[in-house]
Amino acid sequence: MLLPHWLFSDRAGLVLLAVLAVLGVGVPILNLWVPPDHPLYLSAYTVTVLGKYLCYALLAVSIDLVWGYMGILTLGHAAFFALGGYCLGMYLMRQIGARGVYGDPVLPDFMVFLNWSELPWYWHGFDHFGFAMLMVLVIPGLLAFVFGWFAFRSRVSGVYLSIITQALTYALMLAFFRNEMGFGGNNGLTDFKDLLGFSLQADGTRVVLFILSALALAGGYLLCRWLVSTRMGRVLVAIRDSEDRARFLGYRVERVKALVFTLSAMLAGVAGALYVPQVGIINPGEFAPLNSIEAVIWVAVGGRGTLVGAVIGAVLVNYAKTWLTGALPEVWLFALGGLFVTVTVLLPYGLIGLLQRREKAA
Amino acid sequence: MSELVSELDAAGLHTPIEPVDATHGILLYLEEVTVSFDGFKAIDNLSLYIGDGELRCIIGPNGAGKTTMMDIITGKTKPDTGRVFFGQTIDLLKLDEPSIARIGIGRKFQRPTVIEPLTVLENLELAMSGAQRLDRLITARLTGEERDQIHAVLDQIGLTEHGGRLAGILAHGQKQWLEIGMLLMQKPRLLLVDEPVAGMTPAEMERTAELLRSLAGSHSVVVVEHDMGFVRSIADQVTVLHQGRVLAEGRLEDLQVDPMVIEVYLGAGDAYH
Ligand SMILES: Nc1ncnc2c1ncn2[C@@H]1O[C@H](COP(=O)(O)OP(=O)(O)OP(=O)(O)O)[C@@H](O)[C@H]1O
Ligand SMILES: [Mg+2]
Repeated sequence: MLLPHWLFSDRAGLVLLAVLAVLGVGVPILNLWVPPDHPLYLSAYTVTVLGKYLCYALLAVSIDLVWGYMGILTLGHAAFFALGGYCLGMYLMRQIGARGVYGDPVLPDFMVFLNWSELPWYWHGFDHFGFAMLMVLVIPGLLAFVFGWFAFRSRVSGVYLSIITQALTYALMLAFFRNEMGFGGNNGLTDFKDLLGFSLQADGTRVVLFILSALALAGGYLLCRWLVSTRMGRVLVAIRDSEDRARFLGYRVERVKALVFTLSAMLAGVAGALYVPQVGIINPGEFAPLNSIEAVIWVAVGGRGTLVGAVIGAVLVNYAKTWLTGALPEVWLFALGGLFVTVTVLLPYGLIGLLQRREKAA
Repeated sequence: MSELVSELDAAGLHTPIEPVDATHGILLYLEEVTVSFDGFKAIDNLSLYIGDGELRCIIGPNGAGKTTMMDIITGKTKPDTGRVFFGQTIDLLKLDEPSIARIGIGRKFQRPTVIEPLTVLENLELAMSGAQRLDRLITARLTGEERDQIHAVLDQIGLTEHGGRLAGILAHGQKQWLEIGMLLMQKPRLLLVDEPVAGMTPAEMERTAELLRSLAGSHSVVVVEHDMGFVRSIADQVTVLHQGRVLAEGRLEDLQVDPMVIEVYLGAGDAYH
């Protein structure tokens, strides 16, 4: 097999890609071609839940790139996820057209309700799918770049930087809650009908969205894995472990940080954009500071600085959340906190670390 | 294309690297430099000249301002007043840390600082001059010449057998050598070496002295050190720093009988004898 060295030596990554390939083929078969009364049949609901997990996993990978490799504990990455989601949500809103409750051919329902007579300027262009997809990358990327440029240049780091990232996502949440912002206020964007003409309710559409999520996760993983295998990856480690050493070797630490932070935010944006059509809604709650913290916990649980660990953590913790919020909803936050403490104290290298230790012992 | 690359030169710096002009025999000029932290003068009207190819030792009690002086030369701390020039023409106060590193000033920290999760070879490669450009960050192919440079340095610092080992598992002394090796990869003209033998065994100290002596001549080397035996073994020109100024300058033998110097060191206890 002609695999590049950086991938060939990444055993855990190859396993991950194989699992994604199996899911990408198997899940559509089990949903579309297995009869609903068959025990192996997967409902559209299950397909969507799995797709959601994959989106979370991509968000976790993007966080691991900046936290695990570059040492920046970002507690605001859900903001980039939500912004990507809003960009796609705006496209989906425009797709509704005259089928809304008020039947306005151009204005989304919430704007009619607010007695707005025309579309705000920043909603223009979002009726084009290509433009919306571009914005999914540009908007989170631009915000991350501007934020990173100023924060890193003024050498804010450590816990102060983490607090600023929390403030960023909190400020965005408050802004998006306001009706005057033009993003649907606290209801957000919802009642989507179709994407590129395909009904979001159709099983086929859901399966395609699931496959796209698997592809995006695989692509995001490969991009990050490749990046950390280059000399750039070693520079990131140098910045994480000794920023001054990197600087006195001639590296422009601020620029490297801003660049990688931007890339990471774009990946988070893509994850958000794939998430929204699957769950059918995006609202300011996605900017909640707790969301970003939860995402960091996924990475810690799986094992930071490994990329694969981020995927494992995101899927397992969210599986536990789905199960627990169904069975004992009030317990979830305590369970999450307990999990974080346990992992920090007992498993500093996360589940991946545990697996590696078992392997070495065997 | 190359223009685009330098435009995108994220990690690096676009400014052309000016050759150092040390025609007057002086490589580094510090003139009337003062730095205060909250009113406390860590460096007080300090003037110091380092000759081209010279090996200079700087001694002085704790808090004398030795590390702060290196911070100023390398751009980490900007002085309140004074001039700092590299050769006749390069004003170091106008440059930031990465630029200063790139024009040929390498610095070893007081606490050995190598990148522990990387191998010895990777550490050296990271420090290689020219490795900092964006296009070189993602296409990390080494030229034959660069490979040779890495192996020459590896040999020079005596770690030939350890190239593939992780820097984190090296002995303390080996880490110090690796860090000096990283400076050499930068192809510097001036090396600033802060306390290289702290915590070393006598044998390691001897090898370090040999290494630093071998670098003088082709490089200017400034060594800050507390260990008098070590200072005696490497330098004949010694500067004594005290309360942010030069207290005395000269040969170590003469300084050791200088009453002013004795007074400062007696005040600081026995550690310096
Ligand atoms: N960033 C800073 N802020 C405030 N004070 C500082 C700062 N850096 C250094 N100082 C003070 O300046 C003085 C000189 O410190 P410096 O580290 O240069 O001493 P030194 O000669 O290297 O000492 P040592 O032998 O202990 O390494 C000390 O009193 C130190 O506390
Ligand atoms: Mg010091």
